[in-house]
Parts: sequence; structure tokens; C-alpha cells
Amino acid sequence: MSDWNRIYPQLLDATGETLYMVGIAALLTVLLGIPLGVLLTVTAPAGLAPRPLLNRLLGLVVNLGRALPFIILLVLVAPVTRGIVGTTIGSTAAIVPLTIGAIPFLARLVETSLREVAGGKVEAALSMGARRRDVVRTVLLPEALPSLVAGVTVTVVALISYSAMAGAVGGGGLGDFAIRFGYQQFRTDITLATVVLLLVVVQALQWAGDRWARSLSHA
Amino acid sequence: MIELKDVRKVFPARGRAGEVVAVDGVSLSVERGEFAGVVGPSGSGKSTLVRLVNLLERPTSGSVTVDGRVLTELPADEVRKARRSIGMVFQHFELLDSRTAAGNVEHPLELAGVGRAERRSRATELLDLVGLGDRADARPAQLSGGQKQRVAIARALAVRPNVLLCDEATSALDQASTAGVLALLRRVRDELGLTVLLITHEMAVVKAVCDSAVLLDRGRVVDSGRLADVLTRERSPLSDALLPAPVADAGAGHGGALLRVTVTDRTPETVVLQTLIGKLGLAVEIAGGSVETVAGGRYGRLLLRVTGGVEGLDDAVQRLRADGVLVERVTAGVDR
Ligand SMILES: Nc1ncnc2c1ncn2[C@@H]1O[C@H](COP(=O)(O)OP(=O)(O)OP(=O)(O)O)[C@@H](O)[C@H]1O
Ligand SMILES: [Mg+2]
Repeated sequence: MSDWNRIYPQLLDATGETLYMVGIAALLTVLLGIPLGVLLTVTAPAGLAPRPLLNRLLGLVVNLGRALPFIILLVLVAPVTRGIVGTTIGSTAAIVPLTIGAIPFLARLVETSLREVAGGKVEAALSMGARRRDVVRTVLLPEALPSLVAGVTVTVVALISYSAMAGAVGGGGLGDFAIRFGYQQFRTDITLATVVLLLVVVQALQWAGDRWARSLSHA
Repeated sequence: MIELKDVRKVFPARGRAGEVVAVDGVSLSVERGEFAGVVGPSGSGKSTLVRLVNLLERPTSGSVTVDGRVLTELPADEVRKARRSIGMVFQHFELLDSRTAAGNVEHPLELAGVGRAERRSRATELLDLVGLGDRADARPAQLSGGQKQRVAIARALAVRPNVLLCDEATSALDQASTAGVLALLRRVRDELGLTVLLITHEMAVVKAVCDSAVLLDRGRVVDSGRLADVLTRERSPLSDALLPAPVADAGAGHGGALLRVTVTDRTPETVVLQTLIGKLGLAVEIAGGSVETVAGGRYGRLLLRVTGGVEGLDDAVQRLRADGVLVERVTAGVDR
């Protein structure tokens, strides 16, 4: 396979694009998904600030986001993408559907993590005169931190897999690369190389995430 | 210091129609500096009652007054601030795993807006007070149950409350840790002049630390009073719970007549036996009973079998009563 010299730099570029898409999307997802998860938790019927109606509405939106196959979501949010980025093609444009797809995913994980914090700890804080926001800031989030880190790790891994799909419809990145060079040109070696690369990235992420979560856990 | 007036708490029943009356018209008052216990069987409403005191649970009706302030009339924001003067300790400690022992003690100080340096020194001071000065940097997971509860007590005392609420504070601890934690609670009450309301299902805990007790059953106060008074009542639900009366069966089948005698510091068993045997010449055996130390005094209930001179028994009972001894004739096999 003498053409690897030609392919290699392109593989590197594709890797860079994937990391770029996933990196920015992950950042935005964390920034928006965690507050949404907090909101889902505190507005629940037995939560800190029960708002049953709002809670059901948020739950519905989140479930919708998770129920939609990513490929459909990609098409549905195209107008939004064009509105924000100006185009629906390219890695930057792919960040929009990636983020929109990952937020509900992370929000549910965050909700689960926060729910696992013992109610007694919340009660103890309330008995000390904590405001609800103090409870979120000083009890729920710090106590759930190891589990939140694990949730973010899972979300980033999911983002990598979504990004391969986004790539296939013009986002660039490793998914796009595997399809264009590997699948369409019947180059199994290229497909395989891409898959191995993706596996390495996912493994490294999971390993780092696990380590981080463990270092934060004192229970 | 703590005053509940006709407090009711009704919950919607969990998972089915209808409602649960957890606390059903309870009135009680705890004096400043008093160490009061609330006892009762499981489900009698003890936890709900203690949570009503700092309004973690809002009463359905009735009023709650702590330190002269009617909490049930305050707006939510004021209630929140008022809670700072009411410390609380829980059965399962409820320490934050994400913080060290010192960090946990600092938590309420942080919430109250106390500066970093002062928080530090106050945490050190409090951990010293509870005997854990050397474990400031330990995580809860590295501490024993008794140590965790000591940290929780330090935390509850951090903002200098004048009331301390304890919900089953020793129920998750072994005997040695229980004794240590109870001694600590008693000591901080004495040193800091706290008013303590302690919930427990163990009579031994009440006997070890409380000045007074309330007996709760199905959300209602069945009996209450200062232990010294309660124990010298001949029969009452609380005195029976504190000093189980020996069953008359213990003396069945041996003939003779049975007397149930309550002994106190004022009328110890020596005086009773002296009167019965020495002065009246009766033959007496001890058929059952126990004597223990409660609230700093010596109390007990004995079942005596009089085998000789039974004809003079009524006289004997009169004599003892005249001396202030609580005594009654009982029939074998009938407890009450
Ligand atoms: N939030 C709630 N919703 C519905 N019912 C409740 C709630 N809290 C308590 N109850 C009910 O109120 C009653 C009293 O409960 P509580 O926990 O106060 O009893 P307890 O005396 O503390 O019992 P235990 O010794 O088992 O802790 C029980 O029947 C319980 O099921
Ligand atoms: Mg209870």
C-alpha cells in the first residue's frame, strides 16, 4: 500500500476535525446539559423546588431529543444550524446538531447522578439554613461529582460516535474519512485503520474519565 | 425554649389513597437547658415530630415556638435563618463525603457567610471539643460510626445554636460508641447550656441522658414528665416503659402473697425489707425485679413474695405506704 504517504496527512486532518467537533460540542454540552439536569432534578415532584408542570414539559423535550435517531435530528436541526453557523456543511456546522443531540443525553445522566445523592444530606443542609441554590452548589453537585464525571465521559464517547455520523453528511472528521476513503474505495485497510484510531481515542477517554472520577471519589 | 401547641401533621398516604396522621395534636414544652427525650414505637411519629420543630416539615395545623419565636408564623426566609439557631443530628450522620471532617464542620459556617479564617479556627475548636482534633483532614469514609456522629455533632454546634435536635443519633452505633456519643451530648448540654430534644426508640438512651421524656404512640402523647417524677408514679405508661414491672408470673406456683414495690433513693429496698422483715417479722423473698440508675438517681421495681405471716400483710402495706413507699398487692398471673 504505497499510497499511505498520501493518505496519512488526510487521516491526521480528519482526526483533528473529529477532536475539534467533539471538543467544542462536549464543552457546550457540559455548559448547557448540567444546568438542564439540575433543573430536571430540582423541579421533580419530590425535588427541592417542585414544579410538576415544568418538570413534565422538560422531561418531554429531553425524551424527544433522546428518542430521535441522530441522523433524523441532523436533518431536522439543519435550519437552526444554518441560522447559527451560516452553513450546514463542515465541522463547525456539525457542532450544532452534535450539541443539541448530546444535551438531553447528558441531562438525564446528570439527573440520575443528582438523584443518587442521599436525601438526608440535602435535609441536613436545609436544617443548617441553606437556601435551595446553596443545596445545589454545596451538596448536590460536589457529592455527585465523581458520578457526573463518569456521565460526561459517557457523553463524550457518545459524541464521538455521533460525530462519525455527522461527518458522513458533510461534517468531515474520521467518520467521513472512513466512508470516503475506506468504504467507497473498497479499502478495508483504511476503514480498519480508522476504526482502530477511533477505538484508541475512545479507550483513552474512558480511561482518563475513570481515573478522574476515581480520584474524586471519597466514599 | 421549645413549645409545640396542638401540632398536627397529615401526610397523603404513600402510594395509595387516603392520608396518614403522623402527628395528631401534640403539645409539649421543653425548658431552656433541659435534655428532653421523645420515645415511642416505630411509626409513632417521632421523626416527623422532631422535623416539625425546625419546620423541615410544615405542620398541617398548630404552632411551633422556639426561643420565643413563633416559627409557624415566620416567612420562609426568616424560618431559614431561624434554623441556624437549631442544630440537628441524624441517625445516619449525613456528612458530605466530598469534604473532610473539618470541611463538614465548616459547611454551616459557609452557609452563614462566615469568613475563611474564622471558619478554620472554629472547625478546629469544635473538633477538639468532640475529641477529634487529630482527625480534621479525615474523610467521613475513614471514620468509624461513632467518630462520624461526633463530627456531625461538631457541625451542628458550629453556628452556636441554642437548641440541638437529635433524631435517633445513636441508633446506628454499637454500644460503646453510643455511650460515648451520649456522654458527649450530655457534656455539650452542660457546657454550652443547650436545650436538647432527642428522639429514640431505646429506653436505655432516655435513662442514660434525659431529664424528661415524652412517650408517643400513633402520633399522640401518651405520657410525659420529668423522669424523677415519672419514676415515682406507681403505674404510668412511661414509668412502665422505663422500669418494666416484673411480671407476677415470676412468683407463680410458689404460694405466698406478692407485693410490687417501687424503690427510690428516698425509699430504698433496704428500708422496705427492714420494715417487712425486721419490724413486722414477715418472711420475704425477692421474686423478681431490677434496680438501676436513671437520671442520676437510683430507681427500681421489685416483686416480693411474702411466705410467712401473710395475715399481717395488709397491715404491712399500710405501714410502707405511711413511709412513702409505693407498694401494691398483686395476684400471680395478672400483670396489671
Ligand atoms: N413524607 C411522608 N409521606 C407519607 N407518610 C409519611 C411521611 N413521613 C412519615 N410518614 C408516616 O408517618 C408515620 C410516622 O412516621 P415517623 O417516621 O415520624 O415515625 P417514627 O416514630 O420516626 O418511626 P421510626 O422509629 O421507624 O423511625 C408513619 O406511618 C410514616 O409512614
Ligand atoms: Mg424515625
